[in-house]
Amino acid sequence: MRNIASLVFSVGLAFLLLVIAAQLGFGHTPMVVGTDILAGAAQDVGAANIVTAIVFGYRGFDTLGEISILFAAATAAGLVLGHRRAGAADDPRGGLILGAGAELLFPMLVLVGIYIVIHGHLTPGGGFQGGVVLAAAFFVAVIAEPSKRVNHAAIQVIEGLAGAAYIVIGIWALVEDGSFLKPMLDHGVMGQLLSAGTMPLLSSAVGIKVGSELAGLLAHISESEAGEP
Amino acid sequence: MVWITLVIVLLVLVSSVAVLALDSLIGAAVASSVASLGVSVLFVIVLAPDVALTEAAVGAGLSGVVMALGLRRLGLWRLEGDRGAAHPLTTTAERLAAPKAPVEQGPTEGGNRHA
Amino acid sequence: MIPFSLETILYTCAIGMVVIGVFGLVLSNHLLRMVLALSVAEAGGNLLVVLAGYRGGAIAPIIGYAAPGTLMVDPVPQALVLTSIVIGVGVEALAVAILIRVYRAYGSLDLRLLVERMQGDMAKAAGIPRTTSTHAPAGERPLPPIPVGARHQPDAVGHLAPEVQS
Repeated sequence: MRNIASLVFSVGLAFLLLVIAAQLGFGHTPMVVGTDILAGAAQDVGAANIVTAIVFGYRGFDTLGEISILFAAATAAGLVLGHRRAGAADDPRGGLILGAGAELLFPMLVLVGIYIVIHGHLTPGGGFQGGVVLAAAFFVAVIAEPSKRVNHAAIQVIEGLAGAAYIVIGIWALVEDGSFLKPMLDHGVMGQLLSAGTMPLLSSAVGIKVGSELAGLLAHISESEAGEP
Repeated sequence: MVWITLVIVLLVLVSSVAVLALDSLIGAAVASSVASLGVSVLFVIVLAPDVALTEAAVGAGLSGVVMALGLRRLGLWRLEGDRGAAHPLTTTAERLAAPKAPVEQGPTEGGNRHA
Repeated sequence: MIPFSLETILYTCAIGMVVIGVFGLVLSNHLLRMVLALSVAEAGGNLLVVLAGYRGGAIAPIIGYAAPGTLMVDPVPQALVLTSIVIGVGVEALAVAILIRVYRAYGSLDLRLLVERMQGDMAKAAGIPRTTSTHAPAGERPLPPIPVGARHQPDAVGHLAPEVQS
């Protein structure tokens, strides 16, 4: 019975989505907001990557909401998992390949992550992508040597400071110019590394925050005990 | 362009079905990572490089790691499939006729098995 | 005959992924498989939103690689989907953390088993009998008496002894 009901539901859902897709007109989007943004992005924000300009410039407030959702999820996961008992057994060390590879991979992943974060306004990239790569870099080191405890207090301090930096830049824009998170500082030459005003700063703050948050979350999950039910 | 898209769409749809149809949970987690990787290539074909980078890093990278960690903590890091749970594509009649599964014992070595 | 255009293939993929994900979410018997099916459905939904912004014969929305004034695809859905993907991984990580706690408390991740045990625990904590129809049907007609040697003997309050459940 559950099979038949779920089949009917899925067919109904597919039908609804097909109706929407048929009316969308693939290849000829109306682009009511998009044309204005594409026309004005070069003057307003000064970044070459228009998607990053939207995420941190035009819709910077939505990015603030997304950061808080990620923070809530990571903190809730840490709370749900609880503390590790003092005498619990450690996971075994990663094997030879992981140990040798982690020493080589860690600096390269950190370098690639920082590159993606800093060049977010010029090429595809930005805070979130680079933050995820940075989290993976720290986590490779944790997996290869599980007996080295991650310092959760330091991770939380870094995360808090990065989030506060984002909000402080926004409030500074509010005080100076009247709009929260308005792009400030002169735009420079488009295509240079130091261009687009406060956008690389916002992007770096988000990158550091997301990276430390996800690294802390992964460390929490991997440190929870393999519990006996 | 159409042929490349067709091949990748077939890969994505087959691995999405494999998430439900595979017995072993490790296989299902890997299939979901493969589906995310295929979707990230599709994002490049639709001219969205930022989104493709995010989906590749998050879906094929971080999500796979989270699933692997969860599997190890849940004691499910083995290849024979989930003991005690009916396969999702069985019919109701088969499920009623099958003998009741035994109570799940705790993980034998705390999930610390490693090759 | 449906023509094999780029549009048909991509829309089939996106809608197919959403339908497969929802189908798996409803039909799964194991909680971790539900989380994986949800992840597949989210990827399909994101693809559907990005497809809505595609424009034929345009370039990616990055200035500096073509003459200024060339047509670009719509950047607004891409910005929205970026947010959605990152939130999806946050939700998945929290779901895995909750599943680890459930496993520690109940010892299994099978859906039917968990529903039985959780309802039994809740009824016991509230001090009321479990009102499932096989134990105490509504109405005045009582159940036939259970033979003395049977395995499933209910106790006075009306629910099964915990170690008899299988």
